[in-house]
Amino acid sequence: MRYLPHTDEDRQAMLKSIGADTVEDLYCDVPAKALLAEPVDLPSYAGEMDVEKTFSNFATKNLSPGCAPTFLGAGAYRHHVPSSVDYMIQRGEFLTAYTPYQPEVSQGTLQYLYEFQTQVAMLTGMEVSNASMYDGATATAEAVLMAGRATRRNRAVLAGGLHPHYFDVTKTSAKFLDIELVHPDSDPTHPALPESVIDLIDDKTSCVVVQTPDVFGRVIDLRPIAEAAHKKGALLVAVTTEVVSLGLLEAPGNQGADIVAAEGQSIGNALSYGGPYVGLFATRSKLVRQMPGRVAGETLDVEGQRGWVLTLSTREQHIRREKATSNICTNSGLCALAFTIHASLLGEGGLNRLARVNHANACKLADQLAAIDGVEVMNETFFNEFTVKLSKDASDVVEALAQKGILGGIPLQRLFPDRDDFANMMIVACTETNSDADMDTLVSALKEVL
Amino acid sequence: MADQSQGRSNVPQGGSQAPATQTISGSKGLEFAEPLIFEMGEDGRTGVDFEDVHVSDDRLGGLRRKDTVGWPGLSEPQVVRHYTRLSQKNYGIDSGFYPLGSCTMKHNPRVNEKVARMAGLGDLHPLQPISTVQGALELIDTLAHWIKVMCGMPAVAMSPAAGAHGELCGMMAIKAAIQDRGEADTRKRVLVPESAHGTNPATAAACGFSVDSIPATEQGRVDIEAFKAKLGDDVAGIMLTNPNTCGLFENDVIEIAEAIHDAGGYFYCDGANFNAIVGRVRPGDLGIDCMHLNLHKTFSTPHGGGGPGAGPVVLSEALAPFAPVPYVIHDEDGYNMVEHEADSDAKPFGRLKGNHGQMGVFIRALAFMLSHGADGLRQASTDAVLNANYLRAELQDIMSVSFDGMCMHEVLFDDAFLKDTGVTTLDFAKAMIDEGFHPMTMYFPLVVHGALLMEPTESESKETLDLYIHTLRELTAKAKAGEADMFKNAPVLTPRRRLDETAAARKPVLRWSPLEPQAKAAE
Repeated sequence: MRYLPHTDEDRQAMLKSIGADTVEDLYCDVPAKALLAEPVDLPSYAGEMDVEKTFSNFATKNLSPGCAPTFLGAGAYRHHVPSSVDYMIQRGEFLTAYTPYQPEVSQGTLQYLYEFQTQVAMLTGMEVSNASMYDGATATAEAVLMAGRATRRNRAVLAGGLHPHYFDVTKTSAKFLDIELVHPDSDPTHPALPESVIDLIDDKTSCVVVQTPDVFGRVIDLRPIAEAAHKKGALLVAVTTEVVSLGLLEAPGNQGADIVAAEGQSIGNALSYGGPYVGLFATRSKLVRQMPGRVAGETLDVEGQRGWVLTLSTREQHIRREKATSNICTNSGLCALAFTIHASLLGEGGLNRLARVNHANACKLADQLAAIDGVEVMNETFFNEFTVKLSKDASDVVEALAQKGILGGIPLQRLFPDRDDFANMMIVACTETNSDADMDTLVSALKEVL
Repeated sequence: MADQSQGRSNVPQGGSQAPATQTISGSKGLEFAEPLIFEMGEDGRTGVDFEDVHVSDDRLGGLRRKDTVGWPGLSEPQVVRHYTRLSQKNYGIDSGFYPLGSCTMKHNPRVNEKVARMAGLGDLHPLQPISTVQGALELIDTLAHWIKVMCGMPAVAMSPAAGAHGELCGMMAIKAAIQDRGEADTRKRVLVPESAHGTNPATAAACGFSVDSIPATEQGRVDIEAFKAKLGDDVAGIMLTNPNTCGLFENDVIEIAEAIHDAGGYFYCDGANFNAIVGRVRPGDLGIDCMHLNLHKTFSTPHGGGGPGAGPVVLSEALAPFAPVPYVIHDEDGYNMVEHEADSDAKPFGRLKGNHGQMGVFIRALAFMLSHGADGLRQASTDAVLNANYLRAELQDIMSVSFDGMCMHEVLFDDAFLKDTGVTTLDFAKAMIDEGFHPMTMYFPLVVHGALLMEPTESESKETLDLYIHTLRELTAKAKAGEADMFKNAPVLTPRRRLDETAAARKPVLRWSPLEPQAKAAE
């Protein structure tokens, strides 16, 4: 076994030091009837070459978005990740480090978390950020719980354009804690009216959760909603599934958001079939002690030199136990590092240009699709994804496109299974990875399928 | 307060034993004075090339961003060098021995990284048509099969994103089962031993349960009489860690399972320490109803300075119907996924995560399992236990081992051996850093005073362990010989000396800011 260093002689010598005759003696505290005499019924060890083959076999049974024109979004986006990002995160000192419990030998991790927090705060227009969460959906659920703690109210209003996964994860947390969720129906066939949300805010409302761009791709003006929420003493939780949009769109912090929960996958992280991703969580300074998750903070060492440590741990489970702000005890460290390196490579100019290329490509595709008979583009506003209405069932169309080797969109009913009125709609996303040829391929394939 | 411009200053870094050597760059030898990324760069530079396309405001709803984001402009070589330098201020398992108890820092094989990045695995979209991801679903199903066989359990929920998230999944399944029985209003109390991870009580609370603590015996295990005295028809279940946080196997575990079941409650086991018993004990045989696995610990996926992890939860027949969506199913037509509660034949309690699980972690964990096989996994857990007991045997005459008898994959000492030396547990740990070792876990578990919890894992050779033992014996001798000053001063051979954690918490500075007055003052 190539990963195990001991020889049988080593094992015998160590058993002798311990004063045990056999390794079975080491398991003397296990009830005899529960101790297995033989290995379990699974295959024996495999060499590195065989392991690679096994995974190649899995991979060939999938249609890789890298080999197909791909227009999938709805919470996960295919962007180009510069080679140096993947190279840097594979450095062993980053990759194989644990939580920085000994800050003197973890300044690399702590400094990049501090840089990550700063980048996220700048991007979202907020004052502080944590060191990341599992993903955007869990960050949104934690934002609702945090708003409840901060306002001492237990009724949250979730706008209809919130990604259904985000809604469902929040609903799961809420139902075990008796938090009431108010969730008006979604309708991409009308412009996104803030009034439908504003009317639901009352004196018992802890927060209003609004996604922008929303799950249909529409850009939502948060300002009137923020104003209405604040008037009633409620907080505004802004959600973003596509953070590249913040290179072109007004930051939620500048529109009155009190908490921002977002998915950071778009920057630095592969699609990876849904995870691991990197949840972004940012808020105002005054709410920082209610914020869940890890944070790195600046301090000095005994020689007066600047350094970093994990801090504000008094909010956490290992100190406050059942009174902790959340049960979360980790963060998406490596995914946060990938985000930070990619963000550093982009810089102000790169981010803005990336966002503009995304938007320009989406506009180009929307215009081409709108010109097809049997396709209607629903959105008046969007960043890099939008909803189209087809003359046929969207699931059938998407499957027919897949048979042609095209990942053409996501049927809305995959996310909203009980909305029969969405049967003909699909969400189409465009990023910098979509070439003109990709778009031509999709357009001509759609013409054939419809 | 901190000097924001310090990164560029010529203050030497690190050690103070030798006279400070001033250098123009501030760097010393191969140790770098690396500023924050925000203190570098110029407008107009970038590390990524994109065409400068014009976009109109027509479709932006009047919400075009007016302010600047503020990210600095840097070229690719600047960024590569910055993060390379930061990496050199870090210690990882690739750097050396990392006996961090309860954290399980074992070798991270690179083949795992290679297969996770294969085209067709690393770049799949979570909402691709099911017909285009048959290999991915087969992979998840294969991993689930391995987990179920190793645990002797009939079902596994794959989606939890981390160990604590798995706890949440398990306790939500228990809550859902109790609701299904119509006992949600009565069974609200969860028993949690003193030695439990802090996440256990936090998780119980996150499911709306109250937490009732069970004391530990002098042998470091659950006081079974105290436990039985707390049973009643208001108890929803027990959360037990086994092997426990003292590094011991709970030898009454079967009796505990029977008693909690007789009382109508469920048995949650924190499986963070499963790596001690893989291939030797199946949790299902112990009467456990649900247990999370830290795939990143037991099956070695790199933790990257804090995550990501993955925390699948194995479930008994009683709890299996309540597993969250989505989950993979398999029939004659191939693989499919149940994505919505309404589509399930069972009674899922909801959804826990945006997509269906930590695929990137699954791939690495399965590669680790396949590399070992059934025989290798059994040998790995045995070697982990052997290594911990070897440390116990070789150190118990000089350090104070907390509990007699065999330990599992980690061994717990306390700081009684430092009594009257003037050296604290923290001092001792910091001195280890100067000797080239990452310290063990300190001050956890809370059941003993000044805990020192060591977990060598199966990756470590006898030579490494012998050097470690020799080092600890030397340090102990120095502490007992009155060399307290050396310990108080440690570490000295690190990029930073001891950091003021109290000041950091009292006045939190959680981000760099161009507006901070102290930064301006320093300029």
